[in-house]
Parts: sequence; structure tokens; C-alpha cells
Amino acid sequence: MLNNLLLLIGITLMYSTPLVFGALGGVISERSGVVNIGIEGMMTIGALAGAAVSFLTGNAWLGFFAAGAAGAAFSVLHAVAAVTFKADQNVSGIALNLLGPGIALFVARLIWNGGTQSPSIETLPKILGRGALAGTPWANLNVDVTVPIGMAAALVVWFVLYRTKWGLRVRAVGEHPAAADTLGINVSRTRFICVVLSGMFAGFGGASITLAIISQFTQTAVAGQGFIALAAVIFGKWTPHGSYGACLLFGAAQALVIILGGGVVPIPSELLACLPYLMTLVILVLFVGRSVAPAADGVPYEKGAR
Amino acid sequence: MEPDASFAVQMCGIVKEFGAFRALDRVDLAVKRGSIHAVLGENGAGKSTLMNVLYGLYQADEGAIFLNGERVEINSPTDAIAHGIGMVHQHFMLVDNFTVTQNIILGDEACGAAGVLDMRRARESVTRIIDEYGLEVDPDAKIEEISVGQQQRVEILKALYRGADILILDEPTAVLTPQEIERLIKIMRDLAAAGKTIIIITHKLKEIKASSDACTIIRRGAQVGTVSVADVDEGELAERMVGHHVNLVVEKTPAEPGEVVLSIRDLVVRDERGIDAVRGLTLSVRAGEIVGLAGIDGNGQRELVEAITCLTRAASGTVSVKGAEIQNTSVRNVHAHKVATIHEDRQRRGLVLPFSVAENAVLERYREPEFGRRGVLDRDRMRSFADELIRAYDVRPADCADRPASALSGGNQQKVIIAREVSGDPDVLIAVQPTRGLDVGAIEYVHRALVAERDRGTAILLISLELDEVMSVSDTIAVIYNGRITGTFKQGEVDENRLGLLMAGGEA
Repeated sequence: MLNNLLLLIGITLMYSTPLVFGALGGVISERSGVVNIGIEGMMTIGALAGAAVSFLTGNAWLGFFAAGAAGAAFSVLHAVAAVTFKADQNVSGIALNLLGPGIALFVARLIWNGGTQSPSIETLPKILGRGALAGTPWANLNVDVTVPIGMAAALVVWFVLYRTKWGLRVRAVGEHPAAADTLGINVSRTRFICVVLSGMFAGFGGASITLAIISQFTQTAVAGQGFIALAAVIFGKWTPHGSYGACLLFGAAQALVIILGGGVVPIPSELLACLPYLMTLVILVLFVGRSVAPAADGVPYEKGAR
Repeated sequence: MEPDASFAVQMCGIVKEFGAFRALDRVDLAVKRGSIHAVLGENGAGKSTLMNVLYGLYQADEGAIFLNGERVEINSPTDAIAHGIGMVHQHFMLVDNFTVTQNIILGDEACGAAGVLDMRRARESVTRIIDEYGLEVDPDAKIEEISVGQQQRVEILKALYRGADILILDEPTAVLTPQEIERLIKIMRDLAAAGKTIIIITHKLKEIKASSDACTIIRRGAQVGTVSVADVDEGELAERMVGHHVNLVVEKTPAEPGEVVLSIRDLVVRDERGIDAVRGLTLSVRAGEIVGLAGIDGNGQRELVEAITCLTRAASGTVSVKGAEIQNTSVRNVHAHKVATIHEDRQRRGLVLPFSVAENAVLERYREPEFGRRGVLDRDRMRSFADELIRAYDVRPADCADRPASALSGGNQQKVIIAREVSGDPDVLIAVQPTRGLDVGAIEYVHRALVAERDRGTAILLISLELDEVMSVSDTIAVIYNGRITGTFKQGEVDENRLGLLMAGGEA
């Protein structure tokens, strides 16, 4: 019993972490007023960059930071389209979601001699080192180092948004950009920075799949987790802490899939695999109308249109 | 104009062009330090453009700005703030879910190390300014929780917090009750007495007389002149603003009301959040009578109109026209009962802007055999019908039938709507904010059209946020507060103060 419980907690933490990074990216971007449905594409780029750099250098940490940088660089496309040129933010996000996996696959084939997936790569360490607590049920809690990094990131984002000058400005830009503009706050620059930060976090999210959970890059590494992260943003009412909780919930759904899939209960695995997505759907249906998005979320800011 | 240090603001020969359109044509404005100076003009005359130039939101193409006799360049609001200029915009620039203090300090925050906010210090400085100028408002309240009058004070506080010596107020009274307007005028006087210079943009003549020392009049982008307010009366101001004589009083004969045509009983309507917005409202309108509904925005007016016109469901109660209940049926059924509506937002509900004037003219009648057969529209007939309306209602330009409705000015758009609504010989006409955003000439026209329609025997329900309009046009005045009628009066039997108190929820 204890073993199963600890297993559930450990897997939940592990599987929620990519979602946490993705959701934090979503929170930052959307609090500044830019809808970012491109998180999925940005996570895919991060997943590839992390795996590729780790494979080429043998250093998983280098891979992790490269993933953040690649996600940030990729998100510049969204920032330029949605902020600088005030394009429709959904269209631009969709473009990123189409482009991201395309680029990732292309680069993967270049690096791994035409293969769409990498061999097993150097991964990030566990928090207590490999093999620690081995043989005891507590070994289930010896999770990847990305788990505490994700927690810390959520705390930092919360602190920055709610306790600092810059966070106050970000929130003002997302709620009422014209008000911020008349007070001398540069709306476009603030939004641009937020989108790029959101790409960085999404990149970390992708890397925490390939560098921790599955130890390799595959075509289906991300498989919709960017969208689940966005659902967590909404379910968490666009707050870092709320989204973190929502990610834990979605992570628990994935953990259940794994534990129940072990043959404990006779449910077809195909049905089980649907669980996290079904849950996302149900939660979105129940909560989308009720939670209140930042007032200017998704609305390009035009000076003078007031 | 020579630079002169006794003037807080001198704007000399300001020219501003938007493409080929010259919005400001060599306009001069000189404002004495410590005075209250009004800038008067019709909608689109250029007064807001002039102030946006002063506040750095627009850059002038020609001309110079002097503050206290010294030439300055103002290229952004940040420059304006640095020069001690603050602006209170007509549409408040406040973040709804921030507190009063957060809104005031935004952009000029009190900070500790590494940009961490020092909210205690921020709150202290905000409280100090609130006390210094007696601008009562709770520094910890969220904007969405406080009244419009208080929100306006927050806007003034924002400017004072930034050390503004020159305050620009853009149409500050548009959203206030008479009592709040009085209070605002007192605040303006106090600020002027404390040495601040105040520029107020407005088209309301009464408030200029009540508040200002001097007044600069702008007409179609050109400056008409500056007058000392004490030397002129409202009629002269109006004439100089419009360029010809205007009739400020709505001319009409006493009403001769007939049978009750529109009858609303115990109506309850919920808003989109499920909260009762109209709470057991009872009101009737007779043939040949204009009933004006006075009230502050958000007291159930919108839900009332939507329930009458079947755009939303009534939770309970009835709406009847000549005895037939029409609530919770369909918009088409409402039309069938000869209820016409001039909706509040002419660009969203009144017209389909990209459609031609002719198409807009038949929006409610395209199904009639007159305008088409077997589902194919008779465009020639639509056109000739539109031309009739355009001629009868003097819509300009006269050849606009095939132009998109978006190409017309606000006043002419409203004429198209009124022409269309009245063309079906309605028994009931619901007019919601029919003069919103129109200039004096167009307002006069709309009011005359409403009175003419009344004289034809139509029952008219006028819903307006402009108390002056309700008081001058209506035969019967009803006050709506919190979803109920809190008082009904015959025209002339009630004064502005009493209505204002009722509108604010007081007993009268």
C-alpha cells in the first residue's frame, strides 16, 4: 500500500513537471496579454534541443539550458508576429505548433542519421543521486532534479508577478494596456519579453521530458502536453500557484494511467491512455467560461485605438 | 503669441494632420496659471486631439508648446509627466482588478532592492495625497468595487502622485450624477486654489459656466476664440461652438397621451452572470407620450431593453404591447407588434457597418415581398426605398445609398437608423441613448424627430444617461435605480437635485 502510494506521488511529480514549465510559460505570456497556444510547439523544440545537446556533448545540464535557449529563440517568431506586427495571436500560435514538430523532426533526422528518434541519452540526475534508497519504497520519491527546479520556478514566477515592480507592470499590460501606456510603460517591449520568457519555460518543459522522463527524443515525446499545460493555465485561473496545482492534477491522471496500466485493473490500455486528455477536456468544458482571463488577453495593442 | 511666464500652458499655431485630413489648423491655446480653462467644441472638432498633443500622445506637425514661458518638446506621455502634465482620460485608464494604490503607483513604483515593491511606503504616499487634497477614496479598495465618481478621483490622484501642476480633464462629467458633478467642480476649484492649472475638455455649456474662468472654442479644427466665461451666456457659447444659432430648448407642445400601449409588469431580468439586474420593474407608456428613464449606467437599463426586445429572456413578469404579451418570444415577433428600437450602440446593434446604407435600410423588412421574391432581393427597390429615407431625413451625403454605413458620420448613421425604425409606423419606439456621441446640431435633429414621432401617436420610451436630455425631452420622467423604478414625475414637477438623489439610490 505504502509502496503504491509513494509510487503514485513519485510518478505524479515526475509527469507534472513538464506541464508545470509549460503552464508557467503560458501564465507569463497570457498575463501580459498575449495568448500563447504555441506552447506545444515550443516544448517540442525544447525536447529536441535538450536531447540533441545532451547527445552531442554528453552533458545533460548543457542540454537543459540549451532547451531553454532554443525555446526562447523559437518563441521570438511568435513575439514578432503577435506583438511587433500585431497578427492574430491564435494563428501565430498555430503556426508555431505546426512548425515546431517539423523543425524538430528535420533536425533529428540530420543528427541521428535519418532516424526520427535518438538513442538513449545522458539524463539529468535524480535528486538524491542514482540508486539512492534503492530497494525501499521511498526510492519512488527519489524523483528527477527537474521536479524541484519546477517548484522553484513556480515560486519565482509567483514572486515576480505579485511582489515586484516588473510583475505589477506585466499584469497591468495584460489587463489594460492603454492605461499602462499612458503611464509611460512600454507595452510592446513588456509583452515581447514575456513571450520570450514563456518560450524559455516551454523549452525547459520539453527538456524535462526528454532529459528526465523518457531519456531520449522521440517524435511523440511531447504529444499534446503543451495543450494540457494550457488547460492547466485556465484551470489555475492564470496564476502560477493555481496552475501548479492544476498540473499536479493532470500529472496524477497520467500517473494513474501508468499504475493502472500495470494490469492492476482490467481496463484496455488504449482507454487508459485517453484519461489525461479526457480529463483536460472535461475540466476545460467546466471551467473555461467561469475563470476570468486577463482583460486584454489575446488583444493586440494598437496605440490610439482607445 | 509671445512666450509669457504667467501662462502655465501656451500652445502656438498647432497643426496636426491625419493623412490628408487636417484635424488641427494653427490652433492657439493660452492657459493662465492657477485657472480653470475650458476647451469647448463639438465631437470631432479637434479638442481631444489638441489635448493629446499636449499630453504627448500625438506629435504636432507644426507649432510650439511653452510651459511657464519655456519652450518644451513633448514626444510621449512620459515627457508630459516629467513636465508636470497629468491627464484624466474620458474612458478611465484604470486596471479594474488592481487596488486604488496599485493603480496610482503603476509606472512610478516605490521599490526596495531588486525591484521588489514596497507597498507600505506606496500606501503612505498615496494616503498623504488623498488627505492633502481631500479626495476621499479607500486606497485598498479594488477599482471594480468603487463608484465611477471615486474612480475619477483615483485618476486625479494618479496625476497628483506624479507631481502634476497642469491637469487635463477629458469630458470629466459624462459619467457622473449631478451631485458627483458638483463635487468634481469643488475639487477642481480646490486644486486651482492650491496653484494647479486645470484644462477641462467638454461640450457641456452648463458646466463651463459653473466651473471655468476662461473658455477656448474650437470648431472643425480651427480656433474660434477665447472668452472670459463670466462675459458670455450659454447660448452665445453654443452659437460660437456650432457656428450658427442653435435651439438649446426642445420645442414641443404639451403631450396628449392616449391609451397605454407599452406595459411592463413586475419584470425580472438576470444579467449574464445570473444576478437579477431588473428586479420587479413596472412601467407603462401611453400613446403620444415620451417616457424618459433617468438612471446611472448599470442599473438595469441594458437588461430592460434586451428583455423588451427579446434579445434576452425575462425571468418573470410581463411585457405587453396593446394587451398582447411579447416577453420571451422572438425579435421577429417584437417587430410584428410594431415595436421599433433605436439601440444604444449604433455601430454594433443599429447598423451592419460594412453593409450599404440601402441594405441597412431594409434590415428588418427584407423578407417583405416588396423587397424580393423567392429569396432573391430586389436591389432596385431597396435602393429607391433607401433614397426615399435619405431624402426625408436629410442624410448626408445624399448619394450614400450604395456606400457602406461605416462611411457616414455618427449623426448621419443615427439618421439612417431613426429613418428605418420610424418607416414602419411603429406603435412603440424604444430609444436608447439616441444622441450619444452626436454634436449639438444632430442632437437637436434627433430630439425633434422623437417629438414628431410622439405627435404622430407613438408611445416612446427614452432611455438615456444624460439627465439633461431626459429632463428636456420627456413628458414623464421615471428614475431607475438598482433594477426598479424609484420615482415617476411629470415634466417640470421635479428638479435635477431630486432626480440625482434618486438616481444615486437616495430617498427623495
